[in-house]
Amino acid sequence: MKKLLLGDFAVARGAWEAGVSVAAAYPGTPSTEITEELARYDEVYSEWSPNEKVALEVGIGASLRGARTIVSMKHVGLNVACDPLFTASYTGVNGGLVIAVADDPSVFSSQNEQDTRLTAVSAQIPVLEPSDSQEAKDFTKYAFEFSEKYDTPVILRITTRVAHSQSLVELEDRRETGVCAYERNIAKYVMMPANARVKHTTVEARMERISNDANAFPVNRIEQGSKDLGIICAGGVYQYVKEALPDASILKLGTVWPLPYSLIEEFAKSVKRCIVAEELAPHLETQIKAHGIKVEGKNLFPLCGEFSAKLIREKVLGQTVQVKAEPVPARPPVLCAGCPHRGVFYILSKLKLNVLGDIGCYTLGAVPPLGSMDAVVCMGASIGMAIGFDKADADAHKHSVAVIGDSTFIHSGITGLIDAVYNKARVTVVILDNRTTGMTGHQNHPATGKTIKNEQTYELNLEQVCRAVGVQDVVTVDPGDLTATEQAIKSALQRDEVSVVIAKKPCVLLTKKLYRGFKVNERCKKCKACLKLGCPAIVNGKEGITIDGSLCTECGLCQGVCKFGAIDGEVQ
Amino acid sequence: MDILIVGVGGQGTLLASRVLGRYALEKGHDVKLSEVHGMAQRGGSVMTYVRIGEKIASPIIDEGYADFILAFEKLEAMRYAHYLREGGEILYSTQEIMPMPVVTGAAEYPQGLEEKLRGVGVDALELALQAGNAKAANSVMLGALCKRLNLEKQAFEKALLDSIPQKTIEMNRKAFELGYAAVQAAV
Repeated sequence: MKKLLLGDFAVARGAWEAGVSVAAAYPGTPSTEITEELARYDEVYSEWSPNEKVALEVGIGASLRGARTIVSMKHVGLNVACDPLFTASYTGVNGGLVIAVADDPSVFSSQNEQDTRLTAVSAQIPVLEPSDSQEAKDFTKYAFEFSEKYDTPVILRITTRVAHSQSLVELEDRRETGVCAYERNIAKYVMMPANARVKHTTVEARMERISNDANAFPVNRIEQGSKDLGIICAGGVYQYVKEALPDASILKLGTVWPLPYSLIEEFAKSVKRCIVAEELAPHLETQIKAHGIKVEGKNLFPLCGEFSAKLIREKVLGQTVQVKAEPVPARPPVLCAGCPHRGVFYILSKLKLNVLGDIGCYTLGAVPPLGSMDAVVCMGASIGMAIGFDKADADAHKHSVAVIGDSTFIHSGITGLIDAVYNKARVTVVILDNRTTGMTGHQNHPATGKTIKNEQTYELNLEQVCRAVGVQDVVTVDPGDLTATEQAIKSALQRDEVSVVIAKKPCVLLTKKLYRGFKVNERCKKCKACLKLGCPAIVNGKEGITIDGSLCTECGLCQGVCKFGAIDGEVQ
Repeated sequence: MDILIVGVGGQGTLLASRVLGRYALEKGHDVKLSEVHGMAQRGGSVMTYVRIGEKIASPIIDEGYADFILAFEKLEAMRYAHYLREGGEILYSTQEIMPMPVVTGAAEYPQGLEEKLRGVGVDALELALQAGNAKAANSVMLGALCKRLNLEKQAFEKALLDSIPQKTIEMNRKAFELGYAAVQAAV
């Protein structure tokens, strides 16, 4: 049976068909849906882990004990998981271990545009790269066999375009592979120096063997076309090449690390002009050239952003299509109407504070008119950066705060908070507790009290966590109450110690209600105070200030900033 | 057939593309959809590609290649109008949603867009309110699309109703019919 499947769902389906029994992940666009989908299968134990490092460690343990296991994350999540990753390369596997990693060329929803293939080279882990949903499923299944055959974790690398495109997939049945027997093997699994030295040699030999065998892997194939032009490509780029250059010869690589050099050399020799087409880093090109094979690549193509058929036509054939875009105002993403973070950012903006930010929807607090953010780097960085601000500037604690979401705080903010207390930093941390992992589409986490399968579990109490690590000053406020929120932040800033303000209110998208929307009445003086909220439902148009009833969620924040009682409606 | 679906994050462009995908599959075509998730969905400008044909390679539609644009908001229709090929057409909702630069006064919402847009406008918001709620505007637009592209009505409406929660079916069916009738009257 053929079904239209999202690339992520196809990865999940492939893992299920391959008999996977353990799946772990921390949500991250564009990889989130892999594990969400796996959670729907009863045969698979799945979990949201607190972060990617823990997820991979769960994966390593499950593989060691003999289960086929998949761990999924986005490219920057792999950074968090690098510590276990690099050594899992040495230990190898028992049950197949597949790490699905989604890169984000063009930075649709990330903080950088790094290339996972380079990490894989460094960690000496093989990488398979599918080009559509059918291959996403097939390669995932193949990755488990690959992992067990060569005794190595395997990275399945996808990109946003493959993860979030839907195409037809032939569905097959699950093959129960069971859990392999386990035997203690200190030399293989206990990575202390004497064993690690030996294992490093094993790893290098393994990679050489795979590189040789890869010349005959069916996933690496030549599509014979014109002898004048040959393109070496992999993943989503293959589809653009097929579209733009239907007559060219193509070497489509399924393994993008290690590389099948004999096959590549044979292909390069068979065509007059050989070009490597790859998004982001010149990974294939560099490795191919290092083997003395002559190819073109980044002399033609950009290092940044995703490709398209249009780009291939332009860079290879010199063909351009003239189009004229009408200049229109930009529409950047904004905090949703009714977003609980808005109240906090309104106050931070009003108090003109330095704001060390973090990763989540609330990064949008940086967008005008709220415009309240000084820096965003990675998951959990807000608290460490606030400590740095305090240590570099004796007055910083009076006018700066760290803001971090509930899920991000659990991911990697807690260690920062321990540092703040331990090293006597004077920082104010605002935990934006919207009771979910919002940006990635509302996943549970330890403080929601529910598992990935919506089962009840222990609900981590954030206030207790803060007190347990030694924070004396912890208060919880409703960010819909602007007066209380302002009061709490001001009071925290005056203290010479670590303070935590937990702004607790559920994400507005969690309540799937239909609203009627507030209305502006004749008392409006057009003072524009409400526009400072940056609420997309409040419109400053030709008829003065109005509220877009199709967007308004009746949160009442605008009533809180209006001095004239000019907004009618009852807060739900 | 290369169809671009554009709008403001949260308006339901994803649902629209999935309905088209379901319909195309039902009709035995190859189909690829490409979607936007994550940060860009939060009230930003979003676009989804739908490509239907015998064998589709790239999941994205390049500028100057789209046969048809379905736009859920007027300014967004204009933003992506240059994706149309020669002879292509836009079906757009006349709804105006102010982007933040307009709200803050840094920019103005452009006037006279109707004269510049090559295609048909539908007052989807008003028709959605008639159907029961503003949220049904995407079903209005799908009804309009069905008529405009001469898709098989019964199969397309079924693809829509199979894609939405049971309790909103009546409202969406009504919205679909209103959109369908609006295009019938306009052309």
